[in-house]
Amino acid sequence: MEVLKIATAGSVDDGKSTLIGRLLYDTKSLTTDKLEAIEKKSKQLGYDYLDFSLATDGLVAEREQGITIDVAHIYFSTANKSYIIADTPGHVEYTRNMVTGASTSQAAIVLIDARKGVIEQTNRHFFINNLLRIKTVIVAINKMDLVDFSKEKYDEIKADFEALMSKRDYKDQKITFVPVSALKGDNVVNKSKNTPWYTGETLLQYLEKIDNQDIYNTGTPRFPVQYVIRPKTEEFHDFRGYAGKIYGGELSLGDEVVVLPSQTRSKIKEILFHDQKVETASRRSSVVITLENDVNISRGDMIVKANDLPTIDKQFVATISWMDSQQLTLGSKYIIQHGVNKVLAKVDRIHHKINPDYSGIDENAKALNMNDIASVSFKLNKPVFYDSFKSHRTNGSFILIDNQSNNTVGAGFIQ
Amino acid sequence: MKDTSKVNPLESEAIYIMREVAAQFEKPVLLFSGGKDSITLVRLAQKAFYPAKIPFPLMHIDTGHNFPETIEFRDRLVKELGLELIVRNVQDSIDEGKVKEESGRYSSRNVLQTTTLLDAIEEFKFDACIGGARRDEEKARAKERIFSVRDDFGQWDEKNQRPELFDMLNGQIELGQNVRVFPISNWTELDVWSYIQKEQIEIPSIYFAHTRATFLRDGLIWSADDDVVYRDKDEEVIERIVRFRTVGDMSCTAAVLSTAADIKSVVQEIRESSISERGARIDDKRSEAAMEKRKQQGYF
Repeated sequence: MEVLKIATAGSVDDGKSTLIGRLLYDTKSLTTDKLEAIEKKSKQLGYDYLDFSLATDGLVAEREQGITIDVAHIYFSTANKSYIIADTPGHVEYTRNMVTGASTSQAAIVLIDARKGVIEQTNRHFFINNLLRIKTVIVAINKMDLVDFSKEKYDEIKADFEALMSKRDYKDQKITFVPVSALKGDNVVNKSKNTPWYTGETLLQYLEKIDNQDIYNTGTPRFPVQYVIRPKTEEFHDFRGYAGKIYGGELSLGDEVVVLPSQTRSKIKEILFHDQKVETASRRSSVVITLENDVNISRGDMIVKANDLPTIDKQFVATISWMDSQQLTLGSKYIIQHGVNKVLAKVDRIHHKINPDYSGIDENAKALNMNDIASVSFKLNKPVFYDSFKSHRTNGSFILIDNQSNNTVGAGFIQ
Repeated sequence: MKDTSKVNPLESEAIYIMREVAAQFEKPVLLFSGGKDSITLVRLAQKAFYPAKIPFPLMHIDTGHNFPETIEFRDRLVKELGLELIVRNVQDSIDEGKVKEESGRYSSRNVLQTTTLLDAIEEFKFDACIGGARRDEEKARAKERIFSVRDDFGQWDEKNQRPELFDMLNGQIELGQNVRVFPISNWTELDVWSYIQKEQIEIPSIYFAHTRATFLRDGLIWSADDDVVYRDKDEEVIERIVRFRTVGDMSCTAAVLSTAADIKSVVQEIRESSISERGARIDDKRSEAAMEKRKQQGYF
């Protein structure tokens, strides 16, 4: 079964949770007991409709305030696909969750309130999806019932959004528009009678048609060594296997490889998936590799094809999404976790910060605050083996860890 | 198999997480309940480290109210696979006066497990506890991270969770903290059952249809075991053909009417089912925020 991960983004009260609840309800994914709980709670709150947001807002604080404050994962499936929705909050102060949700998704749904049209938040959502190079974006223009399913309104919003699109960096992104009412169910799963002027498909139909283009599919094979397996049993006395997940492309028996950072050359001798020997390790599978020669390899090293090396350097420039309440400042030190490899990093230069409304850049920024997105140079204590995020989504990304708090404080995309 | 292109991405993800645990922590443990999810975890751990052995022990927090079939199964599995098993008993926590047994109609030892678990984590200085919780089970669990940091008191600070980006797992913690790890976070109930079927994993017999002495309460079917499950005099015991969809403490796990006697019919039944798995768990029905509250206190 194909698995498709979708990030949802919208502002407060755009009806994002309602839309997800509607998807669950109309695909018959809500079980009787969950539905009963929603009916009971809706009645208790005095609503004359079913409040589907109650199905997804899992935390007490969220139900009290009627908003979503953390990424929630929702699962549903149709006959031909399994879906995982990363429901990310639309609050200004929780932009970090949006980046988080989008970082593992192949598609995104951007919600717009038909009464409000394209607002600053929409700008932000679109920018983040574009920055993270999400291949497919569906723009759901919601609450169409509150604007009398007006075609003019829909066209106007669509035109405004298209104006944003002209500024995007990742041009290959596929963008589709759908007029919906999540509350009433129009064009979510079932085609609406209220929008005869709309000839496109429903939201779910679009999701069903998305080619499950894997996010780790892009780029050439990179095999970061996670763990060295040495059984030290009689049967496997000399066995030395390198466990890891393969990102991008594939590796096969006999392939000429180079081990980084030692730059030792060798050939792939065996590939194991559990106790089965295979000829080829395909993208995103967790395997164990053995090599022809005795090479000294430890966690954090990387096995790559001999004719296809990544950049090996002790510095890089990256786009940073800052996620901590403490500022990122010039000269401060962090741990960079690049895949399974960890190095110490120092902020060498803050080139520019992107204005919160994405109207331009600020070249005089001295520090980054939570939710800032900026271009930053780092110096590292050891070389890392990286690709640009554009050419390799996995090997071009990293997280920043604060040495004192141990928290994950930022995400980085290597330029 | 010629290549690994058809390998289930959820399986590869879980194996990756298991390996991250072994690499990033000094004293991991796999929390084993004898239920299908933790049995699945054991299989995934075997796969992750083959041909080496699983590099961490299993631990069972025994409420003393388990189904006997589960305990028999547990002991056999551990012996066959040559695994190390640690057992800590809720009864001991009660005897030591650390927790008080609940009484009355809805009494259960489910909540009491938390104290025993936290004591055991401290006793063995475990820094990572692998569990079989899934995000699709319950809405508070839908917000859980794969690496979920707990403080000295085992508490979950749900509003201050670390963001988890890409598939990079940040396991850095302070002394005294520990991480709960959920390798099958992204699996649904059906994914687990399908995997058990595909891998031909053995599971305890109570998951399959059998005849059992039961009584009805609040529309749910309970096992009539007077030593463990409270029953009113007027709650009539009837033999029914049932199976369990989830296996927890006897006092909080209800059965479902079912004739699914083998894995194939169980998978079929789940596919067609209209009641969620935890619908048969009274511990979640105590209040809307029941799971969130228990998690904050250190429950799994």
